[in-house]
Amino acid sequence: MGGHLRGRLVKDLAFKGIVCLFAFLSLLPLFLILYYITKNGIAVIDWDFLFHLPRPIGETGGGVANAIVGTLMLIVLSSVISIPCGITAGIYLSENKEGKLSNTIRLSVIVLQGTPSIVIGIIAYLWIVAPLKTFSALSGGVALSIMMLPVIVKTTEETLKLIPYHLKEASLALGVPYYKTILKVILPSGLSGILTGILLSVARITGETAPLLFTAFGNQFMNINIFKPIDSLPYRIFYYAMSPYPEWHSFAWGASFILVVLTLALNLIARGISAKWKTRF
Amino acid sequence: MENTVLKIDSFSAYFGDNKILKEVDLTVPRNVVAALMGPSGCGKTTLIRCVNRMHELIPGATVSGKMTLIDEDIYAMQPIVLRRKVGMVFQKPNPFPTMSIYENVIAGYKLNGIRVAKSELDSIVERSLRRSALWDEVKDTLHRKGTFLSGGQQQRLCIARALAMNPEILLLDEPTSALDPKSTSQIEELFVELKRNVTMLLVTHNIAQAARVSDLTAFIYLGELVEFGPTEKMFTVPKDKRTEEYLTGKFG
Amino acid sequence: MPDGTVSNAFRIMDNKARQVPGNTDRSEKRFNLVLALSGAFIVALLAAILVTLFITALPSIKEFGLFFFAGKVWDATTETFGALPFLVGTLFSSFLALFISIPFSLAISIFLGEYFKEGAVSTFLRSAVEVLAGIPSVIYGLWGLFLLMPAVRLVEMKIGVAPHGVGILTSSLILAIMIIPFSASIGREVISLVPGDLKEAAYSLGATRFEVIRNIVIPYARSGIIAGILLALGRAIGETMAVTMLIGNSNFLPTSIFSPANTMASVIANEFAEATGITAASLIYVALVLFFVTMVVNIVGTYVIQKLSIESSKEVS
Repeated sequence: MGGHLRGRLVKDLAFKGIVCLFAFLSLLPLFLILYYITKNGIAVIDWDFLFHLPRPIGETGGGVANAIVGTLMLIVLSSVISIPCGITAGIYLSENKEGKLSNTIRLSVIVLQGTPSIVIGIIAYLWIVAPLKTFSALSGGVALSIMMLPVIVKTTEETLKLIPYHLKEASLALGVPYYKTILKVILPSGLSGILTGILLSVARITGETAPLLFTAFGNQFMNINIFKPIDSLPYRIFYYAMSPYPEWHSFAWGASFILVVLTLALNLIARGISAKWKTRF
Repeated sequence: MENTVLKIDSFSAYFGDNKILKEVDLTVPRNVVAALMGPSGCGKTTLIRCVNRMHELIPGATVSGKMTLIDEDIYAMQPIVLRRKVGMVFQKPNPFPTMSIYENVIAGYKLNGIRVAKSELDSIVERSLRRSALWDEVKDTLHRKGTFLSGGQQQRLCIARALAMNPEILLLDEPTSALDPKSTSQIEELFVELKRNVTMLLVTHNIAQAARVSDLTAFIYLGELVEFGPTEKMFTVPKDKRTEEYLTGKFG
Repeated sequence: MPDGTVSNAFRIMDNKARQVPGNTDRSEKRFNLVLALSGAFIVALLAAILVTLFITALPSIKEFGLFFFAGKVWDATTETFGALPFLVGTLFSSFLALFISIPFSLAISIFLGEYFKEGAVSTFLRSAVEVLAGIPSVIYGLWGLFLLMPAVRLVEMKIGVAPHGVGILTSSLILAIMIIPFSASIGREVISLVPGDLKEAAYSLGATRFEVIRNIVIPYARSGIIAGILLALGRAIGETMAVTMLIGNSNFLPTSIFSPANTMASVIANEFAEATGITAASLIYVALVLFFVTMVVNIVGTYVIQKLSIESSKEVS
């Protein structure tokens, strides 16, 4: 039994070692990616890069100002479309835990969330680009809002479900009508959770490219007209990365740096809100 | 009949086909503390929740019979209008977590959009907090969140919140069962003063509490109002055998 | 009502009959309607998506029917469209990515769910995995293009295969990295939820930690781990940008792991913008298939997880 025991102990230690090794190995790509983005990205970033428009190949300088503005515009556009619908649907689901409509909505949310972004891009193309006969920021915003919706609905529902029932009772017992109870008592109590959900979904769509390939389409120039094509950071990265020019490749790294910083910042703020503003009951 | 605040006539309540309250008749006069006591599940909580029509929030809940508040038929009124005239304090203290103490007291006004001058609001807050014996403890921290108070303080805040609406009657659903003994006795002392300003209907599973604080007591058993009368008489010479058995601890 | 029954007529006629009291504030009803409508909107949205895809793909469906999936040739000039190359490309790259990622995501799950449930190391790894999940696909593609591709090219030259650099292998590698966080976080949750008393029973019988993990924890958490893997698979199948940048954009049936190819997602990304007529319809047909495949995988994965969380909460209470 002695040898047997030693074998088992060795296996035990070896297993732990392998698990630790593989766990940290999987972080290797992360560090490599962050390292290269920072190294190559920072080298390119300067005022010029942030505030100027792209120059044609052959000319030096230029920047990604239009992409930055475009990304921000798309965020605003898709948020405006998806937030009201998402929150109200989330409220409905948290107030109606059972029932055919609720279950159908929940199923739809699951399916929508798992839909590949390229398919959503096609839909936005068919619904908006084709009829309007032009690529546009609007179609990009619509595509992104379809992607934001499921996340907002789910986090709203889950946040509101956590609010104790007796809070609603207290408000109703004061003679407050049901809809005001929801709007003025329940929603504010769930604000931090809902905000977190919104920020997380914004972080998700900020980096999305596929839905924009045939909707927002990209634009060399600055554009704030929602009925015209608009540039965006992810699109510009894709465009520059796939090009044959080394100067543009380094611009791609620079734009990536900005994008990663933006995404990480959004995630951090979301976590921060979730931690600091959490309502005590 | 102006001395009567609440009149309950042959009132029954159902959950689906389950009859919870059976033809209850009860009259509550002004400025008393009326206790409703009885074993778990006897229907006493259901009864007060019917007074402010919270019972019907549960799907499948129905009622029959009549309830009159002063001179209005409760079931003919708009529920939200009714609920502004009837205050309720719950078993577990539930101040609104996103509001300060001040805002909690006047929550009934703010949420209902009732416009009141700021000076008026200030005096409402002070009056309500004094009545619930909380003013001295919080008068300097009115703008802190309500959830930072202790359990007993939170419950007194909830009482103040209900009182701020100047209700005709205050319903209390086992208000001290979640509190420690010290807070419990603080609140019981409160009732003695409070009944000068408002009538109270108190549900309690604690027989001793009913004996301590109430002027009138009702004993409810299996949905029936078995006996109702002055507390001292009921506890010393109960008229019904079931009351006697409950009081001596044979069941409950 | 002596026999306990209530008839509707009774309800209306007799004053003493049971009333269903109303909460009928008009604004209340309007509010509930608005809520229900926005929920219904989401259902309608999904239905509209399905219908749109189906109708626009119809010309291609009518032309090629189910043989679409057996067709090996995708040629816009002759208007012959067969989706087999993309089906193969998708399945090949997704499953390969899955196999590559499983050891790593399982290791992370066990690491965070068993060995290091709390503490600085745990927080560090968990945050790192979250960051990994948050990096946009196009950036993975960029990194892959300039760092992974040359590496793969080197390997290909060494082995003596055509040094494309791009192809199934490269895209599978990047996919593997991208999907690790998904199966890892779900796996971690189910593993950490294994009831302590089960493990203690095993320890008290003298088992080593490894034996407890292998014989108690993993079997118990098995369905959750599989669900996590399914969801990761769903993600891999639908992934577009990084794959598009690294798979080589070839419409021919891939013959080996080093072949350039296309997945269902990448062929759409590459060709849709300029496609018209039957080409566009065929691409949408591909999109429809892609949609259904990911939908099935996601639904199965999500329901398994939901069932598990219901069961585990039942045990706790």
